[in-house]
Amino acid sequence: MTTAILETPNPTKPAKQKVVLCEGNEAAALGVALARPDMVAVYPITPQSSLVEHVAKLIADGRMDADIVDAEGEHSVLSVLQGGALAGARTYTATCGPGLAFMFEPYFRTSGMRLPIVMSIVTRDGITPQSVWGGHQDAMTVREVGWVQVYCETVQEVLDTTIMAFKIAEHHDVMLPVNVCLDGNYLSYGTSRVELPDQAEVDAFMGVKDVNWHVALDPLRPMAVDPLTGGSGGKGPSTFVRYRKGQCRGMQNSLRVIEEIHEEWAQRFGRRFAPLVEEYRLDGADYAIMTLGSMTGAAKDAVDEARDAGKKVGLIKIKTFSPFPVEALLKSLDKVQALGVVDRSVGFRWNCGPMYQETMGVLYRLGRHIPSMSFIGGLAGADITVGHFHRVIDATEGLLTNPAPIEPVWLNEKD
Amino acid sequence: MYEVRFHGRGGQGAVTAAAMLASALLEEGKYAVSIPSFGFERRGAPVVSFLRCSDREIRQLTNIYTPDCLICVDPTLAKTVDIFGGLKPGGTLVQATHKPLAEVALADTVGRVGLCDAIGIALEVFKRPITNTLMLGAFARTTGIVSLEALKRSLEESDFRDAGLKQNLIALERGYHETTVHTIERRVAA
Repeated sequence: MTTAILETPNPTKPAKQKVVLCEGNEAAALGVALARPDMVAVYPITPQSSLVEHVAKLIADGRMDADIVDAEGEHSVLSVLQGGALAGARTYTATCGPGLAFMFEPYFRTSGMRLPIVMSIVTRDGITPQSVWGGHQDAMTVREVGWVQVYCETVQEVLDTTIMAFKIAEHHDVMLPVNVCLDGNYLSYGTSRVELPDQAEVDAFMGVKDVNWHVALDPLRPMAVDPLTGGSGGKGPSTFVRYRKGQCRGMQNSLRVIEEIHEEWAQRFGRRFAPLVEEYRLDGADYAIMTLGSMTGAAKDAVDEARDAGKKVGLIKIKTFSPFPVEALLKSLDKVQALGVVDRSVGFRWNCGPMYQETMGVLYRLGRHIPSMSFIGGLAGADITVGHFHRVIDATEGLLTNPAPIEPVWLNEKD
Repeated sequence: MYEVRFHGRGGQGAVTAAAMLASALLEEGKYAVSIPSFGFERRGAPVVSFLRCSDREIRQLTNIYTPDCLICVDPTLAKTVDIFGGLKPGGTLVQATHKPLAEVALADTVGRVGLCDAIGIALEVFKRPITNTLMLGAFARTTGIVSLEALKRSLEESDFRDAGLKQNLIALERGYHETTVHTIERRVAA
């Protein structure tokens, strides 16, 4: 339920904003509506369902002027949006878990065709064993497919980031699809106070719509898209490399663009989110814990309590996971002597969390050895509480004096 | 930080009640976050939901394990579910029941009890045993954490259709006024 409560009382806020109470899925839908997409295609799946139901209701109520396609499955959802994006439409969808898996073929194609589609992943753990609850396994599984992926911490950040995602995706130096990841359950259904930006202010922020300037389905200017290329002869190899290098360049450019757009958002709306990497109480810290997504709130509370108890711990949160923010993270890692990384998914190949695995690559670039360890928690809807984070903090502190364990710590193993 | 755990059965509106309470607390200028527990909810199956409120921003998005208050919107639930697990010593129970205090099973941690014959009132108001708004009134009366006026405004601004709104406002009022509040005196341990 949305309840409009009151006008923001603080007159120094740079923009008019209404305060509402809503869950993360509704916040995403409200963000989508404010970004004014032309076309939305949907297929419901737990825990994303209420998000697309809210989008459908906004359209049905006339609060959102977009065509909605109720497709027969996720493969069609994304395929339909590709046509829309090629015709110059601003496009949106949301999915998770098995829906994302069913979408995989057009999902790969979207980044290759440089289509700036925005898709929320209401993250859900992988099956099997059967589970319908939250976890990052779905988004992590597709982290190597050329989509920009950002993770939100709060309901407010879901709303704001969903709007920013369109501007990031459509930026001429990026032109890549963007996943806004919000944790299934705790964030998708967590209900809290959010400030709802004014539509005119969002319109000014978004600027003139210019979605698909590089290739467009235009009857007066017919052209082939997605040509057969590659192989070992003729222009195939060089054409293919040009595509891939272009995607990699777009990914790297997105790091700068994400920072610029977050800064512009802060200027206009007064809410500042760390665009790539957030440092929390890292100054004066001997060691740090690293987090991703909605677990971060409890982690910050644990860090505050540990600091009060005299422990020199700080926190590093990743917002932008793809592309991995190597340079920004290097600066943060350079401030500490030991690191504990908490993942909400499993890296099967390395027997550790995926974010830990990525971070080990960054640690190599640091040029000095930092002992580190991997924690895996919050799988399939399990909770990661302040108490769990105290265990993470204590174990990470132990790395200053004891050898680092090779095995990951499974935080909910004995819950 | 004040933490509330709602107990109910699927279909009784425990999750909606947590969201309505969050809305009323917001109205009073407080921060509030509600989180439903999740599963394959079926009508009649035990469900819980959680609510935190504070004067400061709430960062934890987690379940609640040591609540200050329990709101149990179903009179028979305590027979099958340990609703008292983790309740802070001296904590509050707001219970839907037609029984007198002497016949209500309480854990040693309970220090304050609000009792409301929510099913009986709901059958009069809605012709159905929907107890959630009633029990919000009972919560306001028992704890004073939220005002009846804020709960009313929260209802008025929610999605209820006119008839539903009128009935729910009556339910809220009756829940507030027809709740008996008891303080449990504990003997000091020897």
